[in-house]
Amino acid sequence: MILFNSVSKLYASQDRPAVDNISMEIEKGEFVFLVGPSGSGKSTCLRLILREERPTSGSIWVAGKDLGRLSNWKIPQLRRQIGTVFQDFRLLPSKTVRENVAFALEVIGKPKSHIKKVVPEVLEVVGLEGKEDRRPDELSGGEQQRVAIARAFVNRPTILIADEPTGNLDPATSVGIMKLLDRINKLGTTVVMSTHDSAIVDQMRRRVIELENGHLVRDQTRGVYGYAR
Amino acid sequence: MRATFVAEEVGTGLRRNLTMTLAVIITVAVSLGLFGASLLVRAQVDTMKDFWYDKVEVSIFLCGENSDVPSCAGGAVTRAQRDQIESDLESLRPLVDEIFYESKEEAFERFKEQFANSPIVENVSADALPESFRVKLSEPEKYDVVASAFAGRPGVEQVNDQRAILDRFFRLLGGLQAIALVIAISMLVVTVLLIVNTMRVAAFSRRRETGIMRLVGASNFYIQLPFLLEAAIAAGIGAIIAIGTLIFTKGFLIDQVLAPSFQFTAFVGWDSVLTIAPIMLLTGIGLAGLAAFFTLRKYLRV
Repeated sequence: MILFNSVSKLYASQDRPAVDNISMEIEKGEFVFLVGPSGSGKSTCLRLILREERPTSGSIWVAGKDLGRLSNWKIPQLRRQIGTVFQDFRLLPSKTVRENVAFALEVIGKPKSHIKKVVPEVLEVVGLEGKEDRRPDELSGGEQQRVAIARAFVNRPTILIADEPTGNLDPATSVGIMKLLDRINKLGTTVVMSTHDSAIVDQMRRRVIELENGHLVRDQTRGVYGYAR
Repeated sequence: MRATFVAEEVGTGLRRNLTMTLAVIITVAVSLGLFGASLLVRAQVDTMKDFWYDKVEVSIFLCGENSDVPSCAGGAVTRAQRDQIESDLESLRPLVDEIFYESKEEAFERFKEQFANSPIVENVSADALPESFRVKLSEPEKYDVVASAFAGRPGVEQVNDQRAILDRFFRLLGGLQAIALVIAISMLVVTVLLIVNTMRVAAFSRRRETGIMRLVGASNFYIQLPFLLEAAIAAGIGAIIAIGTLIFTKGFLIDQVLAPSFQFTAFVGWDSVLTIAPIMLLTGIGLAGLAAFFTLRKYLRV
């Protein structure tokens, strides 16, 4: 589903590569934690998958496409297959829960009838039924992240990228979000999640890929957060 | 394509950016209006040239009793000299198209007519005005042939080409038109810069939306269309105002105000307006398109 082949990324303003010669393969339906300290290259990896950045060297395949050969106008097609969730939720403050989720479908030109059908469905999946008409500032952090996950998932992507989705949430709320991501994974979506949260990683016992200074230092199925230390 | 969605986005964008939108509309209107005006002045100059060049004459003024140029040293023109001039003019056909002789009395009549309301008439007698030949040329540019043949010859006081006077006038109008065109073009450049900035502000104030749109896989077209439409609508309104002003200038200012007061000359017709208006519209659209091209490439990349 995702294949990194000797990928390096050097930003023009820095002398050390953000990602240094990383090779990894993530299968369809896997749940993968990307761990490592800040600046270790987690976010760069996620941006490379989304084709927001291009690698300096090496090749990346996502959902059967060689990103190096993907022409610019096909990037939107790629991103429709990838849902994205962030630490800071990135909701539109002026839109309600329902509108925020519907926005993701409107802007890719889905018909209104389709939107009317699938938005309530996905809001039920994330457990927000009854809160459709609230605005983001009327919701708790956990609920806002559920809206963001609903928006990422509403188009049924094959891959879900989560960049520290629990970074702004307390532990109890985080557990709820993890359960939701687990559920989405069980529905067949490949989930790649970067995190600092050792408790969550230890609890879930899923594949762990650890980065340090841009190097891949550990790739362990059913791993824990910090086995080396 | 969801038309209502795009329309809503455009509406919000225009309202959120109201002051900048107004600024764009006004600058587009002013710069395009100036551009149109300079084109209209050029059309006017061409119309006047057609009108006047048909009517210009070469005047050969003959010596009167008080003339003090060397060729008039022998006093007033004699009958023999006058007949000689006339037959020489006849021999210049077909360059010379028509010949009129204007006597002192006729010149005085015409003078009285021209200055009917002026007290100057009372101080001028028929004697003070020179008799002359008025010559119409089939090719007005070949004035020199006539001038060299008659200037300085005994009995001829002066050879005058009206075209030379008109040319000076047209050069003045042409200069004014060139200045207007330069100002208009600088204004058009300013307009492009303003539209670029407006779209930049719009892109910035909506970076959250466009960021999400990019992430969920909205196409470039879908992300950029609202910005393009906003620029196009603002520029379009500006262009319509400018064209409206042009039509008002022709329909009211020229036809109702200027034309009745200056009946001796011709004014531009509606055909010029019909040519200029589309040029203005296309220029307006081109401006907005140019600005959009620069902005979208720089600030709204996937």
